[in-house]
Amino acid sequence: MAPAAFGYRRHPDQDRHDPARHPVVVVGAGPVGLSLSIDLAQRGQSVVLLDDADRIGEGSRAICFSKRSLEVWDRLGVADRMLDKGVIWQVGKIFLRDAMVYRFDLLPESGHKMPAFINLQQYYAEAFLLDRVQQLPAIDLRWRNKVTGLAQHNDHAVLTIATPDGEYRLAADYVVACDGARSALRGLVGAEFEGEVFEDQFLIADVKMQAEFPTERWFWFDPPFHSGQSALLHRQPDNVWRIDLQIGADADAAVERQPENVRPRIERMLGHGDFSFEWISVYKFQCRRMQRLLHSRVIFAGDSAHQVSPFGARGANSGLEDGENLAWKLDLVLRGKAGAALLSSYDVERGQAADDNIRASTRSTDFIAPHSAQERRLRGAVLQLAKEADFAKRMVNAGRLSVPSVYDSPLSTPDAEAWAGGPKPGASMIDAPLARTDGAACYLSDAFVAAGRGFTLLHAANGAALPDGVGEIRIGRDAPLRDNAGHFAQRYDASPGAAYLLRPDGYVAARFKQPTPAALDAALARARGQA
Amino acid sequence: MTLSTTSNFADPDAAYRLIVEAHRGLSDEQSAALDAALVLTLANHIGDLGVLREAVELAKRGVVGEG
Repeated sequence: MAPAAFGYRRHPDQDRHDPARHPVVVVGAGPVGLSLSIDLAQRGQSVVLLDDADRIGEGSRAICFSKRSLEVWDRLGVADRMLDKGVIWQVGKIFLRDAMVYRFDLLPESGHKMPAFINLQQYYAEAFLLDRVQQLPAIDLRWRNKVTGLAQHNDHAVLTIATPDGEYRLAADYVVACDGARSALRGLVGAEFEGEVFEDQFLIADVKMQAEFPTERWFWFDPPFHSGQSALLHRQPDNVWRIDLQIGADADAAVERQPENVRPRIERMLGHGDFSFEWISVYKFQCRRMQRLLHSRVIFAGDSAHQVSPFGARGANSGLEDGENLAWKLDLVLRGKAGAALLSSYDVERGQAADDNIRASTRSTDFIAPHSAQERRLRGAVLQLAKEADFAKRMVNAGRLSVPSVYDSPLSTPDAEAWAGGPKPGASMIDAPLARTDGAACYLSDAFVAAGRGFTLLHAANGAALPDGVGEIRIGRDAPLRDNAGHFAQRYDASPGAAYLLRPDGYVAARFKQPTPAALDAALARARGQA
Repeated sequence: MTLSTTSNFADPDAAYRLIVEAHRGLSDEQSAALDAALVLTLANHIGDLGVLREAVELAKRGVVGEG
């Protein structure tokens, strides 16, 4: 796909002597900044979105988008296009040399609106998000606006912005830095970026070809075509295939990325030369994060705040989760309905998620690129044992793929009763198939959107009185939604009267077997950061 | 009792990681010595000669192949 270019346009804010004041400025129109801006706009906020470039479409970059990300995008009205274009998959296979040692299925049960994963070039995701942005007049997107300065004040921040017409300043109640791994704002707040840099290098080639491989994630340790190293093959739309070859710490990246040097490697893998290159890159991976995601009036989300290796698809997906976690909180704060405690829960929750993602990604990367002869032997033993021992299959680690984070959160009300199943407070809601009274099929995730994407009481009929301003999903024989197949009851351990209080990001704030109004009010206040 | 080869850890990655980290910073010779000590300690914990024999056979098949 050719890069799509967008024009710079001078904005009246640039002619002002004193900086114009906006409630929120989002910096960076990548997947995270675009999604966050859409979310804020759908909640009624006006957003200024800045980007230092004027184009998208350079390289496939992120390609694996998780079920959770698709659920977020569904709420933002863009999931259908992603699904139509994307390649749906859920099975992964791991090979040692030429023999399969392990197969995993990321979504073995049915009754979910969204699949486990889609593969989609990042430029498609960005293009679909941009189309959605164009439908929302509340988003003021300014290309070739590069943040070069920051001044923090008690109740706002002032950005200095370089444009083709020179510099101007903008004031904002809050600035959200979605400006990627090389974040300028991270430098401007003077934050450290702490963690581990891995020495091993990986060659990523996206090749276009006609191929009959199944739509699965295939990973090799020590394959015959790339001895002693690892390899990954994964399908994208448009007959493009992601190939990722480990090339070691000593490889010369400038030499390795030359197409004439990449070609023989790919020919050895495929057994033919009938392909063309879409994108070639040589990577070293880093697993690191900022200590704090909140720096006074500047809030960090996505790669600007944390980075992981790609084995696990935890980069873009965790960034999208950051955005969803932040959007509703920032909205309530900007409306004066919540205070600093709610925003600090973003730092707590998404900080935990960053730690989880870094832990999982570090383990995978260390397994794929062992640090020492001993680690190589240990891994060899696991792979060898995995041929006949189940326990060793479970230790084979070619990437643990992104699942929604579970928060140990100050916003959660701990269970007071014993539950046999269902998502705990701090966990993300689980989808389930339902039916409307006219018999039409729908999903719980649709009902959540229909209920308004605010705080929502999900309850099995006989339910409780609804606190003010809380949406409702009522399920039962005499309710607007039916659980004919029993999946909701099973997935939520929902006996008659049971109720889940869902946050605007679909996370469980509290749950009760028989809620009382007082208990619901208390849980709601706590989930708004007021307790 | 027979050797259990089903996965017994709730978080197998954490168990693998614990062993990896135990070896970090050791020389190759020290690593071999650590492994030997670990094997003997865990064998004693199991305390069943039949199970130990099965484990030895399983491990050895992977190293020297099937006779």
